[in-house]
Amino acid sequence: MKKKTVEYGRYGIIFLVPFFLTFAVFQFYPLLYTIVDSFVYTAKNGRQTVEAVGLGNYANYIFGAAGNGEIWQALLITIAMWLLNFIPQIVLSLILAAWFTDRQRKLKASGAYKAIMYLPNIITAATIAVLYFNMFDTHGPISSLLYKLNIIESEDLLYSGWFSLGLIAFIQFWMWYGNTMVVLTAGILGINPSLYEAACVDGATSRQQFFKITLPLLKPILQYTLVTSAIGGLQMYDIPQLLNEGGPVIRFGEGSVYSTRTVVMLIKQYVANGASQNFGRASAYSVILFIVTLAISMIFYIATSEKKSKRG
Amino acid sequence: MKTKENIIGVKIFRTVICVLLCFLSLFPFWILLVNSTLPSNQIVTGMKVIPGSIQQFINNYRGLMAGSEKTSGVSLIQAMENSLIITIPTVILQVYFGSLTAYAVTVYRFKGRDFVWGFIYAIMMIPTQVSIVGFIKVCNLTHLYGTFFPLILPAIAAPTTVYFMKQYMEGALSVSLVEAARIDGAGEFKTFNKIVLPLLTPAMATQAIFAFVASWNNLYTPSLILATERQKATMPMFVEALKANDKTRDYGQIYTGLFITVIPIIIMYVFLARYIIGGVALGGVKE
Repeated sequence: MKKKTVEYGRYGIIFLVPFFLTFAVFQFYPLLYTIVDSFVYTAKNGRQTVEAVGLGNYANYIFGAAGNGEIWQALLITIAMWLLNFIPQIVLSLILAAWFTDRQRKLKASGAYKAIMYLPNIITAATIAVLYFNMFDTHGPISSLLYKLNIIESEDLLYSGWFSLGLIAFIQFWMWYGNTMVVLTAGILGINPSLYEAACVDGATSRQQFFKITLPLLKPILQYTLVTSAIGGLQMYDIPQLLNEGGPVIRFGEGSVYSTRTVVMLIKQYVANGASQNFGRASAYSVILFIVTLAISMIFYIATSEKKSKRG
Repeated sequence: MKTKENIIGVKIFRTVICVLLCFLSLFPFWILLVNSTLPSNQIVTGMKVIPGSIQQFINNYRGLMAGSEKTSGVSLIQAMENSLIITIPTVILQVYFGSLTAYAVTVYRFKGRDFVWGFIYAIMMIPTQVSIVGFIKVCNLTHLYGTFFPLILPAIAAPTTVYFMKQYMEGALSVSLVEAARIDGAGEFKTFNKIVLPLLTPAMATQAIFAFVASWNNLYTPSLILATERQKATMPMFVEALKANDKTRDYGQIYTGLFITVIPIIIMYVFLARYIIGGVALGGVKE
């Protein structure tokens, strides 16, 4: 009998082969290669340019003048766009989830509301970006309407860096709050109803119930939402690329910042065929993005976990 | 009495907010529909909220068809076809191998199983965008650069699908059923294909929808892997080209092109919204 178990176990390993083989070829090797490649750079040896191994890419493009600090700018812009969309998103989603699960004040047609609010999430992001671009472009329907109503002074909304940044954050918010709301609603529905019944018997208001029961018990799901949203947000590409291609530039005295250029857009610039192709530089930026992504998700994970264990 | 009035007041307030948010969700798509039925010179004169004529939509469509090949290097129909050629095998591979992998770590006991599961869980957190340089290198080494394969094959290793299928299997699959099949002399692989897979249909359907949407909407990887092959451009790459081409801007044609890219997803959503939202809810309720 024991022999048989071992034999069956072997099938488990055999069935894992396709997954791990594919993972090794298309994910693990590329990640390792990218990290190794970030240490290969071109250096000058007299008049010749040669390939060298070392910290050249990091010294030049990340901490040196040759990179103009563009990776830090892109990181800052990416994080700013994420924060501007995530904070309103989580607040609105929590409120809506609380409404949709409110037994005393049940809303009619909440299923339809949910379905419509979720809709933008499954539409192709590329299409949405180009649609918003056309709506807010000079002479576009929204910008011309706002101009006619004297709300804005010029129809050239997308020539403003701040406006473009805000608009991208809004589009992300608009695409994702429905998703977060559905997840949080399911989370609240998963909380034991007897807790609320007991709270009602003790005369707790719905506000107290929300802050003392719903929020603490929702913590694991809020943590999941926060971490996955942060990881996804740092990889933002489609919307800013197709809305304004990273521009326009915001000027700060002598310096300037590409107002909507994210890290992934920057990496793509050096990966794509063309005059600026530089795989070493792209790899070094990728490594920075990888480290920052890991660090931010770890920080969020640990920060939210500790609070939970202290209270619990 | 007072509390009852209060409840009604709160309900009205909440309904108004929800209706406003729904309006916000639908409004851009309404503009898209309206402008796809108008000629370019009317679109630039200001916002229209009433659709024009079907005839104008057909005119826009014809103009788009005639011009798109020249300006974007690929026709809309060809781009849709390319996207389908990539998406359909992706969905099949992702759902099948996701289920097989989940089955392996759920049903079988072998040394290192917990480690394997922890590993799959951990790699869910690694975004694929960070390893794009190495990914292109692999495509070059295997001579798959410029083909559809690098966009399809990685679906065999989709940790999120494995995660979802494992969650489902723990509730829906009893090991005694597998043992019964063994006593009947069925092989392990056959047991999985003939007995286990049919039991997983609801979860597989949900995952198939998500795999479809993710692959269909993907822009980043195809735009790098297929950059040199305009005839192989996918639907999102067509959209990118539609935007990039602003010299001869015909807004009617642009809106019509965008409208056509949205229609298949909206039709699918009308029929499957319940399952999609159910799947989103399940995906989030972890641990």
